[in-house]
Order: sequence, then structure tokens, then C-alpha cells
Amino acid sequence: MSSTATAEVPLLTVAAQLTCAHCGLEASPGEARRVDGTLYCCAGCETAASIIRQSGLSGFYALPDKRNSRVEASGRSYAEFDHEAFQATHVRATPNGLAEVSLYLEGVHCASCVWLVERVPMIVPGAVRAELDVTRGVARLEWDPQATALSTLARALDQLGYRPHAFRGQRADDARRAEERAMLTRIGVAGAIAGNVMTIALALYSGFFSGMEREFETYFRWLSFALVTPALLWPGRIFFTSAWQAVKNGGLHMDVPIALALAVGYLQGAFNTWRNEGPIYFDAVGTLIFLLLVGRYLQHRAQRSAADSAALLGALSPATARVVEGAEVHEIPTEAVLPGMLLDVRAGDTLAADGTVERGVSSMDLALLTGESRPVSVFEGERVYAGTVNLSAPIRVRVDEAGSLSRLGRLLRDVEDGARQRPPVVLLADRLAGYFIAVVLMLAVVTAAIWWERDHSLALDHAIALLVVTCPCALAMATPLSFTVAIGRAAKRGILIKGAHALEALNGKGTLFLDKTGTLTEGRMVLESFEGDATVRPLVLALEQHSRHPVAAAVASAWADLLVPEASEVRETLGGGMSGRVMGREVVVGRPEWVHAQIAREPQGEPVTPFNEASDLEPRLTPVLIAVDGAIVARAGFGDPLRREATSAVRALQRAGWDVRLLSGDASAVVRSVADALGIAAERAEGGASPERKREVVVAARANGTVVMVGDGVNDAAAISAATVGIAVRGGAEASMAAADVYLARGGIGALQELMDGARRTTGIIQRNMLLALGYNAMGVSLAMMGAIDPLFAAILMPLSSLTVVIGAWQGKTFARSRA
Amino acid sequence: MSVLFVLVPLAILLVAVFVGAYVWSSRTGQFDDLITPAMRALHDEPVNGEAQHNPDSAPR
Repeated sequence: MSSTATAEVPLLTVAAQLTCAHCGLEASPGEARRVDGTLYCCAGCETAASIIRQSGLSGFYALPDKRNSRVEASGRSYAEFDHEAFQATHVRATPNGLAEVSLYLEGVHCASCVWLVERVPMIVPGAVRAELDVTRGVARLEWDPQATALSTLARALDQLGYRPHAFRGQRADDARRAEERAMLTRIGVAGAIAGNVMTIALALYSGFFSGMEREFETYFRWLSFALVTPALLWPGRIFFTSAWQAVKNGGLHMDVPIALALAVGYLQGAFNTWRNEGPIYFDAVGTLIFLLLVGRYLQHRAQRSAADSAALLGALSPATARVVEGAEVHEIPTEAVLPGMLLDVRAGDTLAADGTVERGVSSMDLALLTGESRPVSVFEGERVYAGTVNLSAPIRVRVDEAGSLSRLGRLLRDVEDGARQRPPVVLLADRLAGYFIAVVLMLAVVTAAIWWERDHSLALDHAIALLVVTCPCALAMATPLSFTVAIGRAAKRGILIKGAHALEALNGKGTLFLDKTGTLTEGRMVLESFEGDATVRPLVLALEQHSRHPVAAAVASAWADLLVPEASEVRETLGGGMSGRVMGREVVVGRPEWVHAQIAREPQGEPVTPFNEASDLEPRLTPVLIAVDGAIVARAGFGDPLRREATSAVRALQRAGWDVRLLSGDASAVVRSVADALGIAAERAEGGASPERKREVVVAARANGTVVMVGDGVNDAAAISAATVGIAVRGGAEASMAAADVYLARGGIGALQELMDGARRTTGIIQRNMLLALGYNAMGVSLAMMGAIDPLFAAILMPLSSLTVVIGAWQGKTFARSRA
Repeated sequence: MSVLFVLVPLAILLVAVFVGAYVWSSRTGQFDDLITPAMRALHDEPVNGEAQHNPDSAPR
């Protein structure tokens, strides 16, 4: 930090358009600082800029896009990155004696981030290479362990504003990447072969019409045979292995008829090539393999593996803990924290393990576990949990449970279990596959029997033609394509759907659990009632101006038009309220019990306008009492109001056949009153549910069919992953997002309704597409049974049916096309 | 027309070469990240491996 050169300049006089030289955001007068004539919005940006200048990287500022977010360095030592336990799990040695690690970086999003991160070797001597994947936010660093330590690298990244984290999903990520590479390779090979076989087929077909010398025909037939054989053996093999798996396990899916048609077509073609007469189906076989692989790849891309969720949740517990040993405090990796250790938890730190407070009083943010956004006070002897954030004062915590035994660890395991035990949604296409195969085989036998009467040699030919022509290519593509198009459109409307199975399951009927906050309510505090002396409002506003509590924000937005007097002697008590002196009067605002205690302690003066507290406040509202000069004069009720569209949306969902229920961590009285307002029966609303309880309820409901869980917090993550379809709502924790099948980037129940409608329409389109594909198949079957099919017809019919399905999927109205 | 007996195998050989190149590139991860390299291409300074540690050198 080159803070010696810093001079803080009051900028109140020139409030207009002063932007930070580093991040490009407007610099607020309070924090702005000017160094050598350059303006920065905060200390973080200034530090980052000085590092960049000293390393000769000023070219950064010539780049077209700006950072657009303030540099907020954590200032941590990252000493744990050098710890043996960390190095053993995350660091790999490269062949040339260097070390390599993948780190997840916060806040990388643009081209200039790539530029800067990849120039870390110019900032830190000893760093050799940095490579950033901007879409995933993962940087691969290579450095010389003799010359520098990983912690030095990490600190440099932190100071530049890219907070590094251990990338815990490495293995799952590697596996997925290998899978994707293999798929791409197969598509490329199959595509090249299909193209060439088609070219040869073109020559053969034109020869068929305009005559061709026999020797060329033979030559071309053998060429196609030579080309299509590798396509079947390499890229096409996956159809056979997967069909074989299905047959072995006794279940049928679409790969079985596909493999059958491919095999029969290929063998018949090979036989006919050898005896030099009769149709060869090589062009059809080659094209089918290619098209099917493309469909499969699209489907794969639209899905995300469930393994992500665990990795993300793991990232919620901090990487380090500060352990007190004797008089010293050491920073050690979270993995090394054991029960019995004494942890030093500073304000702002996230707790690394479950434990008991041994010294200190503070307030904690439990949102991660309970979803409760208001801070909770903790005292000596009370239990605190890993993953919660210490807000106000340093505390010492004796560890009871650490790692996977902590409450967060168990929750995390629930998420993984939920994802694993989730009943699979069998896609309609796969349920059809069994019938399809049976019907086709039966028809083939019938064809052979009919023709046997007339001509023995033709019987087999026609039966085989039938098998080839009924290859359910279009049928198999109907589902993935329609889903992929629908998922793509939904994403543009702020509805991110991870897998096709979610869309199909949402079409059905079942139980729908809603979490209250964020979905049904606005998710913020609003002043809903004010009873008593209205003239004290400016006094309250004067006090609340000094607080960052949600109540203060609610008051400020409700009384924005009032003039605010000055307040002095302002004090804020956590879990209580605020007190101070405004216009010569003693004002106390806060929780009822606390306010009573305050005025009982220092009674003074005569009551102004005594306020009668007897009347009941709606249970939904949080009461706040206002006392002036020792007497209670008014009461304000704060609540989280229902969204305007909530009632009608719930009604619509109920009409569509969903059993809508409420499942929330909020107080039962609050949940009941919300249920009442929405027209949900009281026994269908449950409040005060812990994360574990939510999961139980969801699992129990699974016995009655499809279960959809809509939630937003980490406390919902286990329930979300246990449900048939889990839906996370905007503003929620990343973990619930990762556990969910659907993520609604737009808040509110409107998006949920749109999702349900979209799912219904998508299923409709899939059914329509399937009917079309089946229609083509029926046509092929009847022609084959009449013995009227020829290879050219097969070659035209099959791509045509696929094309129809593609157009059908594309044209289908699933989700509205553009942003509303 | 008998030139086809030479030309078509030659063409297929060419195809094999390109398919081989494609297989190599997809297996070595050339298609893993299609976004970042595009951003990187716009930056016109030495990047990895050519780092200079002298703070006084090289601001453009």
C-alpha cells in the first residue's frame, strides 16, 4: 500500500460525474481519494492501480472495457495456500519442476480481466504462467516453488480485486471436460464420414437414373462400405454399448431401436456389397450416426452435472480458520480444524466449524443455514455454526464438530444424497421405445410372412428394408431438440433450466412447495402500519438515518418526503434498537421488550400522548415501539409485503392441478397469515421449518408423485435437491442455485408461472413432433410392406422426417421469444 | 473416367488427414474454451512465458 502518497480530498463541492480511474465507477465523496492527480473511488482500487503501474502494465487502462466494480481486497495472508494439507490436495507438480494449481477467481467477467490476470507473471517474480477461463472463472497458475510461494500469488490476485479460492470441483470438472471432448471428436469424425458417404451416394443415385458402368458402381459401393465401417465402429459404437446396457438391465430406451436399425442396415448393406446387388443403406447409416450424435451433444450441453452443487457448497465454508495456541494465533486450513481447538473469529469472518462461544458477545448472520436475514445475537456458551458470519465483534469459539460432521457438512451431504436418490424422470420418448420396438419387430415378421408366400428371396429383403426405414431417428431427435430449443428460449427470459427432465416433470401434476421470501413476498421490509402520534415521525427518521438495519431502510423509503432534524448521542444496540437525542427530546426506537426496558431504566418527563398498546398487531408484522421522553407514543409495524400477482398466480397453479403448499423457515404465525392471504389452507402451510425438516417433508411428499420445491436460501438447498424438480429463485445463495434444476433469474411468482406454462407447451410440442415422426414411420412401414421401398426413397424419407422435426421444434411456441 | 480410381482414394486420404487434425485438436482441448481465447486475441502484448520482472520496463 502506498498510502503515503494518499491525500483525501473533500469532494462535496463537485459531486457531478467523477469516476474512478481504475474501475470506472462513480467515486462517492466520502471514500474517494486522489493520488498524483488521479482519482480513485476507494483504497482497493488505488492499491490495484499502483501495482499495475509499478509492474509496467499501464496498457490495462487502454483496454476498451472497464472493470465496473470496486476492488475490494480481502487483505488476507493466504498463508493456508502454502500449508501441506492444501498443497497435497490442490497443487500438482509439472514435468519441468514447476507447480500448478487451479484457482477459482471471484469477479472475472471481461476481456480486461483476462488481460490482467494473465499478466500476473509480470507482477509476481517466480510466477511462470497464468491462464484464465473467463466463462468458468477458473485460472490455472504455474509457478516456480523455489522462487515464490503460492500465497504471494494469491495475495497479488486479491489486491487486483480477484479474490482467489481453492477450486474444489477439479475432479468432476476434469471428467466432464473429457466427456465433452470425446463427444466433439465423435461428432467430427461421424460428420466427415457422413459427408463423404453422401457424396458417393449422390454419384450412385445419379447413376441409378442415368446409367453407370458396372465397374464404377461396384467401386463406389465398396468405397462407401470402407468409409462407413469406421463410422459405425468408432463414433457409432456408443449406440450399441448403450443399447446393450439397456437390454442387459431389462429396460428399454430409444437407443435399442436405433442400434437395431443401424446394425441391420449396415449388415444388409455389407452383404449386398459383397454379392454386388440389392440396396446398400450406407448413406442413411452414416447420416443417422452424425445427426443423432449432434442431438445428443446439444442435450448434454444443456445439462449440468449435479456434482457441481457439492463443490459450490464446499466453497461456502472458509478456506482457513484462525487457531489460538497458547498466546499465539495461527491461520490453518479448514480441513485441519479439529474438535477441541479454540478459534479466533474476527468480525466479518465466516465460521469454519460448529462450536460454542467461549468468550465475547456478537451478532451473527445465520442466513446461510436458516434463511433468516436479520442478525441474531450470540452470547457466551451459545452454539454457533460453520458457514455463518460473525458480524460485529471478535469472539473465541471452542470447536465441537468440524468438517463433514458440522451442520453445514451434513447439509452438504444431504444435497449430494438428494441428487443421487432422486427418482429419475423417465422421458416420454424412452417410455415409448419399448412399444416401438415391439411393433416394428412384429411388422417386420408380418412383412416377411406375407412375402414368403410370393417370393422367398424378397421376404428377407423387404423385412430388412422395413427395419431400416423405421429407424426412430426423428423420434429420437424430437425430444432433445425441442427441449434444447425451449431451454435456450427460457434462458433468454431469465429462466435457466438445467436439464430436460425438469421440463418434462413440470408438465405433470403434483405437490408444489413454496418458500415464502423472494417468491411470494417482495423480500424486503416495508413499513406497513403506523399507529399513534404522527408528529414523532421526523424524530424516528433522524435516529434511523444512522443505522443500516432493514427497518431503517424501510422508514427512509416510507417517509422520504419528511424533513430530517439532527440527532445527537445516537446509540444502536444490536438486537434491541436505537436511542438518541433529537430536538432536545429523548427518543427510543426498537423491539418492544427492549424499549420497555430502556424507559423503565431512565424514566423522565411527562408522557406526551400515551399510546395504548393493548390493540393487536397483525401477526405477520414485526412491531417496533417508539418512545419519546420516557413514554411510548407510537407503534410501527414492519412486514415483508406479498407481491401483487402472488394471489392470482397461486390460484392459477392450483387450477392447473398443483397442490400448492408453503414450507418456510419463518415463524409459524407469519407463514399462516401469508397462507391465509393467498387462499392456501392452514394445514398446507408449515412455518419454522429447519433445513433438515424441509428435506424430510419433501422426501415424504415424494411418495405421492412429482414434488416441486421452490426456494432461495442455502437452507432450502437440501430440500431443493431432494425434490423431483428443485427451483431456485433470484437473490438466493449460490448453493441453492447449484442444487436446483431450474433457476429463476427474475424474482417473483410470475416467472414460476411462465415456467410452468412453458413446460406444458414444450411437452405439447414434443408430442406433436413425435406424432409427425411416427407418421413418417408409418408411411415408410406401409411402403416397405408393399415392397415398394427403394434405397433412394429411404435416403430421402429419413432426412426429411428429421428436418420436419427440427423445424417443428424450432417453430414451436414454448417460451416467448424475447424479453418482455 | 478411370482416373476416379486414383483420385477418390486420394481425396479420402486428404479427408483422413483433416479428420486426424481435428481429432488431435479436440483431444488436446482446443475446443474447451471458446470465449477466452477470442478476448486474448485482442490484446497485443507479450503474454505468458515472456514475463519481464523489471518494473521500469515496458509500459507501451
